[in-house]
Amino acid sequence: MIIHTQEPILEVHDLTVSYSRKPVLWGIDFTLPSGSIAGIVGPNGAGKSTLLKTIMGLIPPSSGFIKLFGRPLEEIRQRVSYVPQRESVDWDFPVSVLDVVLMGRYGKVGLLRNTGARDRSIALECLDKVGMSAFAKRQISQLSGGQQQRVFLARALAQEADIYFMDEPFAGVDAATEQAIIGLLREMAAADKTIVVVHHDLQSARSYFDWIILLNMHLVAAGPTEQVFTEEMVQQAYGGRLNLLSQVGDVMEKRAFPSREN
Amino acid sequence: MQHFIDFFSFTDPNVRYVVLGNVLLSASAAMVGVFILLQKKALVGDAVSHAVLPGICAAFLFSGSKNTAFMLVGAFITGWLALITIDYIATKSKLKKDAAIGLVLSVFFGAGMVMMTYIQQSGNAAQSGLDHFIFGKAATLIGTDLVIFSVLAAVLLVAVGLFFKAFALVAFDRPYAEALGYPVRKLDLLLTSLTVLAVVTGITAVGVVLMAAMLVTPGAAARYWTDNIRRMVAIAVAFGVFAGLAGAYISYTAPAMPTGPWMVVVSSIIAFVSFFFAPKKGIVPKLYTQRKNQRIIAEENTLKMFYHLGERNSHFKGKRDLSELIHTRQVNETLLKTTLRRLATKQLLIAHGQQWALTDVGYQKAARVVRLHRLWELYLTQYMDIAADHVHDDAETIEHILTPELERELEHQLGYPKKDPHNTEIPKI
Repeated sequence: MIIHTQEPILEVHDLTVSYSRKPVLWGIDFTLPSGSIAGIVGPNGAGKSTLLKTIMGLIPPSSGFIKLFGRPLEEIRQRVSYVPQRESVDWDFPVSVLDVVLMGRYGKVGLLRNTGARDRSIALECLDKVGMSAFAKRQISQLSGGQQQRVFLARALAQEADIYFMDEPFAGVDAATEQAIIGLLREMAAADKTIVVVHHDLQSARSYFDWIILLNMHLVAAGPTEQVFTEEMVQQAYGGRLNLLSQVGDVMEKRAFPSREN
Repeated sequence: MQHFIDFFSFTDPNVRYVVLGNVLLSASAAMVGVFILLQKKALVGDAVSHAVLPGICAAFLFSGSKNTAFMLVGAFITGWLALITIDYIATKSKLKKDAAIGLVLSVFFGAGMVMMTYIQQSGNAAQSGLDHFIFGKAATLIGTDLVIFSVLAAVLLVAVGLFFKAFALVAFDRPYAEALGYPVRKLDLLLTSLTVLAVVTGITAVGVVLMAAMLVTPGAAARYWTDNIRRMVAIAVAFGVFAGLAGAYISYTAPAMPTGPWMVVVSSIIAFVSFFFAPKKGIVPKLYTQRKNQRIIAEENTLKMFYHLGERNSHFKGKRDLSELIHTRQVNETLLKTTLRRLATKQLLIAHGQQWALTDVGYQKAARVVRLHRLWELYLTQYMDIAADHVHDDAETIEHILTPELERELEHQLGYPKKDPHNTEIPKI
């Protein structure tokens, strides 16, 4: 069940993504309205993070296209922000919390210029929003998991974007941080920012998100939570892997077959 | 001393050249090295250093003379080729990166050695001294070389300065840099080129075999002294410069001594010292902290013995002998003796021949430790639902850690209790 929106802020059109020729996402096609908090939900190995990375241009799609604000990503990067998985970086890196948040300003200041006093005050403001201003000078290796996630969030906020893509922001964080983050996301959505979150907890998904993208290598459902997040749809997404789909993928990998004829 | 003055007055033009060359090369290598280290590409640096040898030989074969400019170009080309080959093998073949690096290093270096042997046997008179490139010979530095090195070092300095922010970002969080629209691949290419440049700057003095050490060791040592990337670069450069100066000085005082290897030795010593003695991160300070904690634990436990004995007859400051103390608690006798002596010098205990008693201050301290122990036991039973007979061991550790602020908070949360879970009294201070 896929419910489209009339004026999409994000349009994913017939997207297929492969790792070394083996398709991991098949024909994904959905749209997202502005000001929504959308959850990408699905079992392990469903391709949730892959979808996010493809939207962010980190993985090239085998076919299909993605449009943000009706334009390709390269033209509107300034309006898009990304929060990678917390585990993806080395937290022993010799930088302070403030340094990490300032990285959020790097897109705005450009390749060669340095961040200035204004960037600094924005970064401090964002740290304050996530309740981490007391930690600005702290070296990042001294942070707990929840604090690391807050710092990543502050960095994304510092980009002052219109749409935010977050990869598992609730994974391995304490309950207080989870509540703080969801509170912040709601505030952002109220200010007409759009937020897309990769999430793996079905329990909280219903209350957190007003739009759900149910994924299991293919798109099971996409639309407003109350309409698409039904027992039946969840069953379909989690009811075992689509065996035939992954078998076909294996054959394509083995025979080095392209995912489209040309 | 005369040597020292002669050397550091830089009146001898030869000394000037060698020192300047060394400082330039080690500073620029250390600077680039920090980023190589942070991107976890230290081995790549080693491979590149070895891979410039065939380029040098090819340049000699091509020009028929030891023209520095030609050789640097040759070195740059093969060094770069080696990096591209590593990347290609790692991404396009079943081999993993470590295997690719090992392969490229040995193949390129082997090819270089073959070419060098061929040149040496060819009878070309100009070839003498070409083998200096293997282990380096700073004394062969001359004025025109220095001009080239200065230019290369300046290029490195400017490039690293300009792209500092971008290099740090890519090293910390590559996907994020990509998502921001940073040209990550081009930045990789640039850092790669800078690495090759730094190696090329160093080979005349240090040689291809040891050059990797000048890239990586100053940065590795600097990491022990700071958690700030800018300071880390500054410290690495300072270490590099010091190693460069020291190497030049040693070979000046003892002319038989090679400069390059000495630079590497000095820089290794710096790394070694940092590894063991850097405050906080070094091994020795860490051991010291552990030892200090062990002492605190032993002292506080001993004070507690006196308190526990005193509790039996409400005579806390009574004199106790060794056997009496040992009965209260399993403890190593020699450790107990030394701890008692230490407590006596700290005036927490008074010695009366073979007996000891608590002083006023000692009594206060002992009471506080017991108090913290019992407060924590109470906290565990009340707030964490742990059975009363399971809380003792945990409290044995926590009693040494709790700060006065935590103590107040604990007391407040528990409602200023009088008795612990075993119904013994919590001492007041």
